[in-house]
Amino acid sequence: MRRNQVAVVGAAETTELGVIPNMSQIQLHADAALNAIKDAGLKLSDIDGFATAVETPQQICHYLGITPTWVDGTSVGGCSFMLHVRHAAAAIEAGLCKTVLITHAESGRSNIGRTPRMVGPDSLNGQFELPYGVTTPASMFPIPVLRFMKTHGITHEQLAMVAVVQREWAAKNPRATMKEPITVADVLNSRMIAYPFRLLQCCLVTDGGGALILTSADRAKDFPRKPVYILGTGESVETPMVSQMETFNSSRAFKVAGPLALREAGITHKDVDHLMIYDAFAHLPLYGLGDLGFMPYEETGKFIAEGNTRPGGKLPLNTNGGGLSYMHSGMYGMYALQESVRQMRGIAPAQVPGAKISVCHGVGGMFAASGTIIFTNER
Amino acid sequence: MTEAARARPKPTPETQHFWDGTRAGELRLQRCEACAKTYFPPRPFCPACGSREVSMFKASGKGKLYSYIIHHRPAPGFTPPYSIAVVELDEGPRLMTNIVDCPQTPEALALDMPVEVKFEKLDEQITLPLFRPARG
Repeated sequence: MRRNQVAVVGAAETTELGVIPNMSQIQLHADAALNAIKDAGLKLSDIDGFATAVETPQQICHYLGITPTWVDGTSVGGCSFMLHVRHAAAAIEAGLCKTVLITHAESGRSNIGRTPRMVGPDSLNGQFELPYGVTTPASMFPIPVLRFMKTHGITHEQLAMVAVVQREWAAKNPRATMKEPITVADVLNSRMIAYPFRLLQCCLVTDGGGALILTSADRAKDFPRKPVYILGTGESVETPMVSQMETFNSSRAFKVAGPLALREAGITHKDVDHLMIYDAFAHLPLYGLGDLGFMPYEETGKFIAEGNTRPGGKLPLNTNGGGLSYMHSGMYGMYALQESVRQMRGIAPAQVPGAKISVCHGVGGMFAASGTIIFTNER
Repeated sequence: MTEAARARPKPTPETQHFWDGTRAGELRLQRCEACAKTYFPPRPFCPACGSREVSMFKASGKGKLYSYIIHHRPAPGFTPPYSIAVVELDEGPRLMTNIVDCPQTPEALALDMPVEVKFEKLDEQITLPLFRPARG
């Protein structure tokens, strides 16, 4: 894809985040969509392209009253929205549509009007994983981490520091769910969930949503907000079964999507001012730093523990507080994208001064899928 | 009583031989006749080269502990804490299982320790391949 041909011109989250017992899941989609449309200074009738995940495009288009000429229902887990951005950019460049709305919402905590996600007993997961007592993502996602730690020499204290540093970012963010400072001891003394991970190393469970509006870069200059350009993109999938990953020492999907986006953007790691790595659990930022080639895997734990990703550090990471402290409705990728857009607009609660390039890397399922979007505010 | 509530796999035409095998006390894998790849989970073609010329064989049932968690949350059919593990078989493929017949602690569950299959009968149709620390 060509660089900087498509831009984000509207971006917003739901009016509330956290516990929203007075809205169903489709209404959370609508709330986020209407906020993004207002942010872009558009009308619903201006939208001719639409993408969403989990809910079908027809469900949300009908609810909002949109008649699209291009739709994308790619639903590969929490990074679906990174894939939507990539696909939307290609569709706009190809002339299939002009103005794309991407929505995410999940009644993850209040569980109102939520689409059930079922794993059949005759699916491969149902036959070869479910019988061994896997239930929530917390029972699956951490399975690779002990092998990763042994291979790369990562310590429990370093993995605790991921949560500590992200809480430092969350403390600067009025909309973050958890803002109280925590220490390594707090993390290592919190309730055991799935050894080696304790409560404070697992993501939150909240309600919320977000929406993005994309159009061509040429049109973007006429919109009220500062355009945020799509500089590079990547995507891939590996396996729906965490037990069947090629290796636990890295993620194949990450290693395909991330470097693809960096190459497309034509940048090196030194050019990156701001980084988001979807953190459903505390090990994901370490995989991301290694798989995207920021540093050897052996250095990732030390890099975070020494404060390089904290406020004022040389590589600001997960600056909204992340899935561990900001919010996590179940498919967090949209909130990572929102934070990258805020940073590129220069309006983030914990703004990185002068940031010009933001890398936003997402995961879907348990390392099942991946999408990477690189944004810039300079054309 | 708790065992009865464990999620029960339902075989498909492509996986029936695997579940027939565990019921007969065999861990069955497949191998590609064209490229010699040994693979899991079951399917009637090779995921490495696409060949449909594949055969089934009885695996050794031996392997090593590749990675695991110790789950402390409730799950139907389990008494927490219990291990959810991935074993790397001597033949190459990895599979999810539980490590049984040992304490469910980090000290007892050492990465790379040798393990061997232990078949756990759920009912007349389904027997699960669990693993325990290798004896001798």
